[in-house]
Amino acid sequence: MSTPRTLSVAGIIVVMALVTVPCALAQSPTYGVGRVPTQEEFKAWDIAIGPDGRELPPGSGTARAGKAIYDAKCAVCHGPTGNEGPQDVLVGGKGTLNTPTPLKTVGSYWPYATTLWDFTNRAMPFNAPGSLTPDEVYQVTAYVLYLNGIVAENDVIDARTLPQVKMPNRNAFVPDPRPDVGRGAKPASAKPGKK
Amino acid sequence: MATTAPRESISPEPSRRRFLKRVTGLGAAVAAGAARPGAGAAQSPAAVEKPAPDDPTKELGGPVRPYGERSRFEKAVRQQFPTKTNEASWTFTPLHESRGIITPSALHFERHHAGVPDIDPSKHRLMIHGMVNRPMILTMDEIHRFPSVSHIYFIECSGNSSREWAEPTAKGVQGTHGLTSCSEWTGVPLALLLKEAGVQQGATWIVAEGADAAVMTRSLPMKKAMDDMLVAYSQNGEAIRPEQGYPLRLVIPGWEGNSQVKWLRRIKVVDKPYMTREETSKYTDLMPDGTARQFTFEMEAKSVITYPSGGQKLPGPGFYEVTGLAWSGRGKIRSVEVSTDGGKSWKPAQLQEPVLRFAHVRFRFPWKWDGQEAILQSRATDETGYVQPRLADLVKIRGVNSNYHLNAIQSWKVAAGGEVSNVHA
Repeated sequence: MSTPRTLSVAGIIVVMALVTVPCALAQSPTYGVGRVPTQEEFKAWDIAIGPDGRELPPGSGTARAGKAIYDAKCAVCHGPTGNEGPQDVLVGGKGTLNTPTPLKTVGSYWPYATTLWDFTNRAMPFNAPGSLTPDEVYQVTAYVLYLNGIVAENDVIDARTLPQVKMPNRNAFVPDPRPDVGRGAKPASAKPGKK
Repeated sequence: MATTAPRESISPEPSRRRFLKRVTGLGAAVAAGAARPGAGAAQSPAAVEKPAPDDPTKELGGPVRPYGERSRFEKAVRQQFPTKTNEASWTFTPLHESRGIITPSALHFERHHAGVPDIDPSKHRLMIHGMVNRPMILTMDEIHRFPSVSHIYFIECSGNSSREWAEPTAKGVQGTHGLTSCSEWTGVPLALLLKEAGVQQGATWIVAEGADAAVMTRSLPMKKAMDDMLVAYSQNGEAIRPEQGYPLRLVIPGWEGNSQVKWLRRIKVVDKPYMTREETSKYTDLMPDGTARQFTFEMEAKSVITYPSGGQKLPGPGFYEVTGLAWSGRGKIRSVEVSTDGGKSWKPAQLQEPVLRFAHVRFRFPWKWDGQEAILQSRATDETGYVQPRLADLVKIRGVNSNYHLNAIQSWKVAAGGEVSNVHA
């Protein structure tokens, strides 16, 4: 094993990371480049939230608290009640997915509540992405779920409760059955159906 | 045969108007010339600048220059879809002007979810972590030190042709099919980087994340990551264009464009998909029964005639070389057939060699037009035996609201007067 290359940032942090992640080598074993990320880097970058919510940060919020943030930062694009747009409609559409005019909203379509937290945290508001605090993201997530009738106004949404939120369309997603048409298509039994 | 006419054309007007507003001092003649939809005809630049000399051999030419530009007489441009913002938007490649198989980098289609980030490569990092034995952070200089490979691959947005399900909508091939492009990509196989990091038992997915304002993120199966995903830094021999992911992007041969995360900054190795916004609320295919197909990654075999195509006009009866592009997300195109009678009869087209896996293939077909109305179609077959379907057959299974992954046969009607238009035939 080779010794760590001195990189531009702080060698001290690299050493600290080596101490805190003792199993990790400083550099890639075959080509000898790169370094172990620092704990600060892990913390700052590890923002993707899966359905089990494992990476959710501390904090909490209720829909009641979220209304003010929604009104101030979200309504301009998504409408005063989430129904109006002009950007993606967030509310309504229940029962429309199998009709000629489906309306895909958080309430009618999104299978996981964690996705709403994750996306709001990473990409919203559109003109100030990443500007909301974790509490604010919990609050506004709670509010959008509340507007869809999925949680109550005073339900506390946090790292424990958010992954437990049952989204109405949770079981409507099916794996890719293609090829589904023409020569080369799989037999009819492989065609999609409601799980 | 029953045909329906386009409902509306996708017009490049809005973005060009905005552009013209910014450019002062241009005369009305210029505006008229620049606003003409990309019909492929040469446009006179005479009103813009000094005319070219009648005899270029009698005048000293221009000096050398450090970074080249195309001739001022060439006008092919990307065309923006009239979205509500210019940052969450897309532009179409002018396929009607395409020759061969490579898309010029400057004309590669765009799809951004929160604008094009301005990234200093000296500050850009790629982190690989999660279920690995050796989490790593790499600078661009370090990524350049790994063994590299180059491949010619198409990238097609799964929303390509998405306005064409119910009725013909776009006027020409730029609007119907311009969300596919083909480049030579150079970079490091992701499998090499993952092996360096040491993937742990039970790791079945990766989460790939971009450094744009949407921090665009997709979950992708480990199997494909270990097979042929590429962490690319070059496109057509130079650094990837900012619109295409500078300084680093995922290139995933044959898979929908959205999965090929641009501005790549992080790969997290995990044991399940993370159900990000782009793989749940978007890029899922809604079926008539209300179910939605998820993780529909492969772009199925597709082809389109780029000449003659919608919006063009044949000057009169006589010889034409019908030409177009074919591609398949399942590998290699085996054959392309052309019909000039709306699919009643088919004849093989000539494929430009070499035919490459996961790349655009140029096909050519000599045709003598007799001056009568004709419906031109092309049909691709790939190495798996899959045959590009008719639209009606796709709609029978998927309805008209699944939005993504429309790969049906495209029909162009040549009217007796030579005008070519987009029809469903």
